[in-house]
Amino acid sequence: MNRKNTVLRVENLRKSYGRNVVLKDVSLEICEGETKVIIGPSGTGKSTLLSCINRLTEPDSGKIWLENAEITQKNVVSMRQKIGFVFQDFNLFNHLNALDNVRIALLKVQKVPREVATRIALEELDRVGLSDKAELYPSQLSGGQKQRVAIARALAMKPKLMLFDEPTSALDPELIGEVLGVMIDLAKNGMTMLVVTHEMGFARAVADEIIFMEKGVVVEKGPPQKLFSSPEKERTRQFLNKLTELYGEEKKQ
Amino acid sequence: MSFYEILMASTPKLLQGLVVTLEMTLISVFIGLFLGIILCLSKVYANKPIRFLSSAFIELIRGTPLLVQLFILYYGLPVYGIRLSPLMAALIGFSINSGGYQAEYIRGAIQSIGAGQMKAALSLGMKKWQAVRTIILPQALRRVIPSWTNEFIYLLKYTSLAYIIGAPEMMAQAKFIASRNFEFFRVYLLTAIIYLAVVWGFAEIFSAVERKLRIPGTMIGER
Amino acid sequence: MKGTLVTIELTALGLSLGLVIALPLAFGQVYGGRVARIFCSLYERVFRSIPLIVLLFLIFYGFPEIGIRFAPLTACVLGLGLRSAAYQSQIFRGAILSVGRGQTLAALSLGMKRLEVFVHIVLPQALRFSLAPWANEFTIVLKDSSLAYALGVVELLRQGSYIIATTYEPMAIFLTCAAIYLLLTLSANKILHFLEKRLQIPGFETRGISH
Repeated sequence: MNRKNTVLRVENLRKSYGRNVVLKDVSLEICEGETKVIIGPSGTGKSTLLSCINRLTEPDSGKIWLENAEITQKNVVSMRQKIGFVFQDFNLFNHLNALDNVRIALLKVQKVPREVATRIALEELDRVGLSDKAELYPSQLSGGQKQRVAIARALAMKPKLMLFDEPTSALDPELIGEVLGVMIDLAKNGMTMLVVTHEMGFARAVADEIIFMEKGVVVEKGPPQKLFSSPEKERTRQFLNKLTELYGEEKKQ
Repeated sequence: MSFYEILMASTPKLLQGLVVTLEMTLISVFIGLFLGIILCLSKVYANKPIRFLSSAFIELIRGTPLLVQLFILYYGLPVYGIRLSPLMAALIGFSINSGGYQAEYIRGAIQSIGAGQMKAALSLGMKKWQAVRTIILPQALRRVIPSWTNEFIYLLKYTSLAYIIGAPEMMAQAKFIASRNFEFFRVYLLTAIIYLAVVWGFAEIFSAVERKLRIPGTMIGER
Repeated sequence: MKGTLVTIELTALGLSLGLVIALPLAFGQVYGGRVARIFCSLYERVFRSIPLIVLLFLIFYGFPEIGIRFAPLTACVLGLGLRSAAYQSQIFRGAILSVGRGQTLAALSLGMKRLEVFVHIVLPQALRFSLAPWANEFTIVLKDSSLAYALGVVELLRQGSYIIATTYEPMAIFLTCAAIYLLLTLSANKILHFLEKRLQIPGFETRGISH
């Protein structure tokens, strides 16, 4: 098992809003089963990077490959089926209950027969621990439950890659744990994930690589142990210190 | 003639007119809804030229008086050889007018839904129109119900304009009876009272229904 | 063209009448005692349920029977005004209520009298909140002025029909009328929108009905 397959390759991604350059020649690569975490100050283009990957945002230049197939305007709709996206604001469909939320893409996009779709949906809801809440509507769920349904919804499409855009930033502190738990399980079970987050504990636990971005550029990247204990760049060190100040010192393992 | 006698004599005819009024209202408000959806979706989601056309049309309808629109249909079209009956002209006029206004109410509803829903739908691989049909529109239509019932009541009142082009609704009846008997005050007062009762009644029914449906909606648009 | 002036006149007078009646109505509904509130709600209900045409006819054709005779123009202004008052009172009432109650409490605890609180704290904010829906009411009254046609007032629409009677070009003339109305509504909206922006309190985008 030398070379694992490359699932995602991003090459020289560039994006500006007016005179504001949000992404400056960002490149990265993720292999199958890897989990990579992007950290960095707010507004440095981390979310933009994610939304460029499934082309919700159009990059100005640069290329993106999903498993050796380039994502272009032409195939983006079918490509999106292979990429799961979890939003900071959950974005559950309010007029559908949890089960329908998870099911709808299967039914409408992949045209899966109803019984099969229901089975898959229930499986995914079970995986995130919410099979008993299938009949409830988003307004009846807590933030953590909503996000878990959102994750189930993305997983139901059996994606090759999961993108998480600050999945816990909109949650109350007590609810963060349940979502992170689901994400850690996913990572341990071999899902290829790219996560933007501030949750260092998560990064430390499952990340294969941590990417530190600032002002639209990748400043430094490396395995968590290395980055946390002996970062190369000064900026990285400063940022990590600020984070530990805020969240309290993690127990050094 | 005493008030009572007038009441007895005119009520049946007025009620006949009321039936026509209600019919006109119902037909127009539903066609208006249909038109409104089409116009609104064109304005929000279609490409530039169609967007421009629908926006312009909506502006036109909302910026000119209903009466002028009726006149154009009834007195203006014959120039091009299209001769509409008063009832047809009225129905078409009210429907189009209602469509214009309902388009804006629906647009407000769509905007209140938030961009995130669309993003989520697209991320799952839905095409734009698919997302609109399955995710946006069901939610928007639910939110637009208060405005829609408002529109219903508005039309109920403004169908009274149709008498000017000769449609046989309640106002036309009232005018006829009043001029025939020279009993203006009492007949018009009676008419006003009937309108009042009907409108009030519908308003109450709608409020009760809305409360039952427990929509977390906002009041979008009021005539 | 003279018709247009009459239309503008009708609109202005009708709106003003409405305003004059609406302000005390709104005030009464918010601050008044039970009787005032019931009266105001009733007024509003009645005048929002009766079609304008019926109201106009009642005033113009009906009142002469009990001895009060109005000129067509006056009748229209009255009708427009009374109806508009019902809607405007709602606008003002909403605007007054939008100014958070906490501010009233704060002002009172600073030692202001009730009237002062209203004039200095509530009114300035309420007026700004009212602008957007009021602009909407403006266009509504403008368009409803066309109903004066029914009473024979020579406003824009009737003048249009007179011209048609002599030139036999109904479509062209009515379209011109429509265009003039459109012009009026658009310019009125632009002006009021501009005013709104100028007077805006930072942080409070007016929740108006936009085009």
